[in-house]
Amino acid sequence: MLITLLPQHQEIDLPGRQRVADVLRQLGLLPGTVMVIRGDELVTERDFLEADDRVEIRSVISGGS
Amino acid sequence: MKCTRCHARAEVHIRHHNSAFCRGCYGTYFQRQVERAIHKEHMFTPDEDVLVAVSGGKDSLALWDALVTMGYRTTGLHLALGIGDYSAISTRKTEHFARERGLRLLTVPLEDETPGLGIMRVAGATNRKACAACGTVKRHYFDRIAAEQGFQVVATGHNLDDEAARLLGNVLHWQSDHLAKQSPVLVPTHEKFARKVKPFFRISEYETAVYAFFRGIDYVLDECPNSAGATQLVYKDVLNRLEAAMPGTKLTFVQEFLRTGRPAFAGEASSPPQTCESCGMPSYNGTCGFCRLVAEVTRRRNPLPHAGPA
Repeated sequence: MLITLLPQHQEIDLPGRQRVADVLRQLGLLPGTVMVIRGDELVTERDFLEADDRVEIRSVISGGS
Repeated sequence: MKCTRCHARAEVHIRHHNSAFCRGCYGTYFQRQVERAIHKEHMFTPDEDVLVAVSGGKDSLALWDALVTMGYRTTGLHLALGIGDYSAISTRKTEHFARERGLRLLTVPLEDETPGLGIMRVAGATNRKACAACGTVKRHYFDRIAAEQGFQVVATGHNLDDEAARLLGNVLHWQSDHLAKQSPVLVPTHEKFARKVKPFFRISEYETAVYAFFRGIDYVLDECPNSAGATQLVYKDVLNRLEAAMPGTKLTFVQEFLRTGRPAFAGEASSPPQTCESCGMPSYNGTCGFCRLVAEVTRRRNPLPHAGPA
């Protein structure tokens, strides 16, 4: 599966069919800090991503000061 | 995973509520959360005009969208901060959002304000941190525009994560005067203060981002370039680790502070503000922080000619 991390615009290729929670763990991302977007839909951490999926993982954390 | 309400396929899992929602039911859930906060905390009524501070980010645009959808009377206020491409994109997205929905938006380009108040140029002229200058300028314009235009209420998109991070910072440094004032509703203590409200104070930034995504809101994805290494982001990271291990930690931290912690600090609140000798806005000194900043920028840009020997 091809993953695009935003806002970094970084692309990562991961092999095989995997559960979203496992993908996040591999990328060092905590649930609740990103949205996982496949096509025009969100997927939950319990859903599976297929080997040929293209996925956007978008950070939801903002703020400064 | 199935939607808790209608059992369709869920797109979002809210761990701290132990609930999951499909797209349609999530909109209902989200708006009920916002309405509950507005009503329970007596933030404003449908008869009041609300000035919504909009940056172009997900939280403020989601807030404006939700309030409009729920039938509240709103006007947007956007400060064009003068932080390079980041501000240019933010202004473009905010103006596009308002235009697309036919909403009234007031935009203040800070660079056009005397003596030129774009944040990066102000920070450069004064050697202040950009975030400190930004905070001072934002607070002044939110208050001033609300007072000039007759708004009784200013709403901001601060969310649960912002409030939890702020609370953690205040607790770690035992800033008792700040703890006394941390609230989803700030009641005016000066005739030129509006009521400041945070309708998203119980809603996580994951939830506001999901709402913005489902509503097709085109918000700024990039972070302010000045936020890299910001203390607030360190606090958010710590809180997110706790939340991942113990869902509900952030909500309990903020809710229980407001219920039992904050009253204990009520006596620590600072005295009501006086009036700034220079601009007439509220001030805790003779001259307000904004006027002192403007004076410093003016002085540094136009230094007095060196007095030579008589």
